Amino acid sequence: MNNELIKIIDLYTSTTENKEILSGLNLTVNKGEVHVIMGPNGAGKSTLMNAIMGHPRYEVTAGRIEFEGEDITELKTDERARKGIFLSFQTPEEVPGITVEGMLKGARFAATGEPVRSIRFRKEMKEKLDILQFDESYATRYLNVGFSGGEKKKNEVFQMMMLNPKLAILDEIDSGLDVDAIRSVANGINNYMDEDKSLLIITHSNKLLDYVKPDFVHILMDGRIVKTGDASVAKEIIDNGFMEYKEVVDL
Amino acid sequence: MRRKAWLFNMDKKKTFVEDIDRSIYDIRNEDRYSYKSDKGLTRDIIIEISKQKNEPKWMLDFRLKSLETYENTALPTWGPNLDDLDMDNIVTYVKPDTKMKGTWEEIPSEIKDTFVKLGIPKAEHEYLAGVGAQYDSEVVYHSIKEELVKQGVIYSDMESAIRDYEDIVKEYFMKLVPPNDHKFVALHGAVWSGGSFVYVPEGVEVDIPLQSYFRSNSPGAGQFEHTLIIVEKGAKLHFIEGCSAPKYSVTNLHAGCVELYVKEDATLRYSTIENWSRNMMNLNTKRAVVDKNGSIEWISGSFGSKVSMLYPMSILKGEGARSEFTSITFAGKGQILDTGTKVVHSAPYTSSTINTKSISKGGGQAIYRGSVTVTPNAHHSKSTISCESLMMDDISVSDTIPVLDIMNDEVEIGHEAKIGKISDDTIFYLMSRGISEEEAKAMIVRGFAEPIAKELPLEYAVEMNNLIKLELEGSIG
Repeated sequence: MNNELIKIIDLYTSTTENKEILSGLNLTVNKGEVHVIMGPNGAGKSTLMNAIMGHPRYEVTAGRIEFEGEDITELKTDERARKGIFLSFQTPEEVPGITVEGMLKGARFAATGEPVRSIRFRKEMKEKLDILQFDESYATRYLNVGFSGGEKKKNEVFQMMMLNPKLAILDEIDSGLDVDAIRSVANGINNYMDEDKSLLIITHSNKLLDYVKPDFVHILMDGRIVKTGDASVAKEIIDNGFMEYKEVVDL
Repeated sequence: MRRKAWLFNMDKKKTFVEDIDRSIYDIRNEDRYSYKSDKGLTRDIIIEISKQKNEPKWMLDFRLKSLETYENTALPTWGPNLDDLDMDNIVTYVKPDTKMKGTWEEIPSEIKDTFVKLGIPKAEHEYLAGVGAQYDSEVVYHSIKEELVKQGVIYSDMESAIRDYEDIVKEYFMKLVPPNDHKFVALHGAVWSGGSFVYVPEGVEVDIPLQSYFRSNSPGAGQFEHTLIIVEKGAKLHFIEGCSAPKYSVTNLHAGCVELYVKEDATLRYSTIENWSRNMMNLNTKRAVVDKNGSIEWISGSFGSKVSMLYPMSILKGEGARSEFTSITFAGKGQILDTGTKVVHSAPYTSSTINTKSISKGGGQAIYRGSVTVTPNAHHSKSTISCESLMMDDISVSDTIPVLDIMNDEVEIGHEAKIGKISDDTIFYLMSRGISEEEAKAMIVRGFAEPIAKELPLEYAVEMNNLIKLELEGSIG
């Protein structure tokens, strides 16, 4: 059986400002795999994430995205999410007046169409919050309002655990986190992962990679993947930077 | 599908709320009445209304004098355009085809069913200490818990109050809002009908709210209910008012008047959710006067109507008097909701808080218009004003027109206004969690309104969220 979860085929995008950011990107993530994407600022990492999630400001001009064999290029963001794609944001939005729990119940209901049973849902939340060493009271606070940078990141992972997607895209989930917070976040991610699920991690450091072992590391430059390798590639980048690859692209 | 939006706010009591029946507010009963005045406004019509009500002569004289004032007063020269209002075509008095009753069973089934669908008897049973229900021009149902009666609390319709408590009514009626205040209170003085009278004696604390509901059914009719509430020294009351009407193609007029007297150390919380149909001109006048260390708390939700002009006013007359005004306004397509509040600090150490939110959509106009006045003697007074507006699109309009008139240096005044458009990034964030675009917007608006919903009893918060949902879907015609 085909084990492909997401397949990005020769993808080109432009933003509303008409500046092309992805130019012929190819990437396949199979079930159970952990992929890491690294690249210098402006390489198109965030564009890739937004394009997968269907952000209206990022227009796909050529190529397509398949999820479990289905072309999802034209689907709206919420439809993609309900198919099992999750994006953790670098800077999560604040939504005053709506609690974390309220939003999650709404999302759960949207996914299942079934009324959400409060007591069971709370129990489930508590289990996940404990893994993240996140106080229960966060669930009753307004979504990201007054959260510190680290709390926002934890809250993203918490949402991922509750929504239990097939593919989780983590956009710099480790930036700005201290050692303890990294460990909690990694616990959450490892708790979520199993052989049917996949991770696509964008990172600049190896902090998270000490806990979450990647199967593949891709180097993204100028809107394309210029190199794919194993975990050693990440180490090499962190030690030496992207200069070597820049030269490759410039040629 | 529609029930989706509903789940989130209900955690406190329930996890699931049933489908919204949008037709509830639009029940349009046959226009059945025992007496209906001719269209327009003449001396004869006023005399006939007074006769129908069997009023004392002083009230008839008051009405006729108000009519003169009305005729001699010009329309306001500011605010929304009122050209659609044609007084010659408004029926000022429609007496429903029933007498006032003390049990729902006695009320004609068609009228009773309307109130049942609006949830009034259920609310009465579950969490109210008394209920008044008005249908067109007259109150058809009234009740109050026996314990309150024993403590001397009076809650009745205005007509009964004139009969049974004539001295009190005569002392207070339209003294706070005199007919010469503006054209539409003059009109109110001439043709007022129905409404509520509440008297809470000294030291009595009414812990459970009283509620009056005003339902306008007759097409092309005006509703002019009068609410008079007196909360004596050290007493406490929460009064809730609800209004709605089905939609007709002809313009209806609502020109109610609310007078609230809050005595020394007394507290009155006055909550309203007005939900008018889109053919309604809502020109309502509300005013409170607060004595020493007394407190008025307004919670106000304005939905529907074609044009609304509503600026509840607090006069802080006694030292240490306080007012709090919390409101939400939702202006959809074709609507102009010009709302706000006025506060007059006329004694030392008085304080006021104004917290308003407005939402505009589909080209609707939501305007905050308010004023805070501090008189020369009102030293050490404080006022905090916060106005927030949320526009759902590029064609809607939001404006803030605050006026400050401060005649004393020893005061603290803070003013903050925020006008913004709903954020695409926030919508995307919520959609990335699997929530539909429509639902994401509803969630953001519900969150925006949450500080107001929080102030309402749960059932009303549910109703308000319900209305927001309906407005967002644009399904209220």
